[in-house]
Amino acid sequence: MNKPLPNSYRQGPDSQGRFGQFGGRFVAETLMPLILEVEQAYEAAKRDPSFDAEWRRLLTHYVGRPSPLWFAERLTAHLRANSAREDLGAKVYFKRDELNHTGAHKINAVLGQILLAKRMGKTRIIAETGAGQHGVATATVCALFDLPCTVFMGATDVERQQPNVFRMKLLGAEVMPVTSGAATLKDAMNEALRYWVANVEDTYYCIGTVAGPHPYPVMVRDFQSVIGEEAKQQMMAAEGRLPDSLVAAIGGGSNAMGLFYPFLDDADVRMYGVEAAGHGVETEQHAASLTKGRPGVLHGNRTYLLQDAHGQITEAHSISAGLDYPGVGPEHSWLHELGRVQYVSATDDEALAAFQLCSKLEGIIPALEPAHALAHVIRMAPQLPRDEIVLMNLCGRGDKDIFTVAKHLGVEM
Amino acid sequence: MSRIAAKFAALKAEGRGALVTYLQGFDPDRETSLALLRGLPEAGADLLEVGVPFTDPMADGPSIQRAAQRALKVGATLPGVLELVRAFRAGDGTTPVILMGYYNPILAYGVDRFCTDAAAAGVDGLIVVDVPPEEAGEIEPQARAAGLDLIRLVAPTTDDARLPRVLAATSGFVYYVSITGITGTRSATAASLEEAVPRIRKHTDLPIAIGFGIRTPQQAGEAARLADGAVVGTALVDTLAASLDEEGRARPETVGLVLEQVRALAGAVRGR
Repeated sequence: MNKPLPNSYRQGPDSQGRFGQFGGRFVAETLMPLILEVEQAYEAAKRDPSFDAEWRRLLTHYVGRPSPLWFAERLTAHLRANSAREDLGAKVYFKRDELNHTGAHKINAVLGQILLAKRMGKTRIIAETGAGQHGVATATVCALFDLPCTVFMGATDVERQQPNVFRMKLLGAEVMPVTSGAATLKDAMNEALRYWVANVEDTYYCIGTVAGPHPYPVMVRDFQSVIGEEAKQQMMAAEGRLPDSLVAAIGGGSNAMGLFYPFLDDADVRMYGVEAAGHGVETEQHAASLTKGRPGVLHGNRTYLLQDAHGQITEAHSISAGLDYPGVGPEHSWLHELGRVQYVSATDDEALAAFQLCSKLEGIIPALEPAHALAHVIRMAPQLPRDEIVLMNLCGRGDKDIFTVAKHLGVEM
Repeated sequence: MSRIAAKFAALKAEGRGALVTYLQGFDPDRETSLALLRGLPEAGADLLEVGVPFTDPMADGPSIQRAAQRALKVGATLPGVLELVRAFRAGDGTTPVILMGYYNPILAYGVDRFCTDAAAAGVDGLIVVDVPPEEAGEIEPQARAAGLDLIRLVAPTTDDARLPRVLAATSGFVYYVSITGITGTRSATAASLEEAVPRIRKHTDLPIAIGFGIRTPQQAGEAARLADGAVVGTALVDTLAASLDEEGRARPETVGLVLEQVRALAGAVRGR
């Protein structure tokens, strides 16, 4: 059960929802039958061509997929100018999932899950949200399908993400501020699970990332893999070959899993997941579960977690509310231990610098989440040969973050 | 015979069901918690559940969440709770003690060592809320080797197809979660219990205790008559919480108030 799968990194999870030792279904008995029902429904939907056709129709005409592949020419030139030698400075491309309707990759998996909920006959949708991107995506799709929607959001996050709270309400969703624990994303997820336990008959829980009990990690990954599948084709069209490196930010890890998964068996493609280092991984104030955490069980799955010596979960910190989570999807934990993906980190300050550089050089204001990925690109690309290609997932746009960034830069708005 | 089996057998001979109490270890501090545990059997509790504090108790309602936060604030840990049980066990060799909590603190302690140490401390059974039968391999062999019962939850959502699998993974007694919901938020109707208990009985000879949502002596009496035991947790935690001072510290009357409530519950379970 714990040995690496032969020949392919794309065979997981096993029938128990495990990626090696990670993943699984660690939920209370009240939820267990429902989790099994979601799994059965998802397996059936996967085999139904009409399900896929409807999802892809919505991706094309509602979301605006495929998202473009963009050669970041000015950024590339800038990084080349900063490289030590003339033959250094890789070519940087962005996968522009920030251009999706609602401004991030989240809607890819939300559409899939809401279609599934409808197939299951569920009439209410709940979701958790940190920065509010997944909450906005869920509220949006619920408006489209005329489904009542309740979004659980930590009271601290409600306070610091007012524009998204208002967006969700405009879209007709109810926003439930969560005051338990530290009142952030992890507590929002606890509360959503508690609500679900009490409303199992009619409610579907739309999870925003590749975490939670099986089948959520595999299901969200499958839906998000549209990112990597498109990118592969687009890169072949643009360059006639695959990229040398992929880079994506990691909170729970759904945008990264979506980009990486279709490339996992392409041995020559290196992959970098960028965790949020907050004030620095050497401090207590970060969200780098893989870099500094250790395996444990939370929110239905075994994975790397930030925790103390006694197994109590500790608070994450990041300037980006979307990366502010003390865990990570189980498939990332597995890829980390196998060494297939390198997990690195970027601090708040590095992300802020990348945020500003991208805005000025490319005319694209990125979300703070992909700004972490970009911070790593800025470190890495000048060290790489000039003929190499780096592909970064620009998974969200920064409109939601301008207030946070202004505050950190000391600008009054 | 284990303490749990012996207790249920003795109660059966007495012709009544069990009163099972739940309090969180170290709520609101170690000394008060120990005084409560020591007072419970005399007040009429037949089996004691001791909650292990966890930062993210996803099956618990607000009362028990706050209890966990109070306990963690005074430094509660799993080793600390084991030490608490050891101290209780030094003065009571017969009352069964069941640890109830979540898996991560056990994982951090080390599953093998935890089961050995828990048994040595005088723990009789475990309820690990977030380890369903599907994940039984995680802890069942170690618990069995240490002689600990692994008590599983059966919920209204556990259908007949699934029930045998859950019961096969259970020992000691069956904990019937009488509502679809978290602890202490609502109560089951007598009618739904009258239907549920025989459904479980068809599949098992183990004693059945009913919990989640039992607050009053009347409800406890009914549940203990319908099944083999009634678990009362949130109602006791609420009494404890209401007795604390503004800083969340115990007052001199805290222990007495909780035990008084246990006496009333025990009276109802005994048909008085």
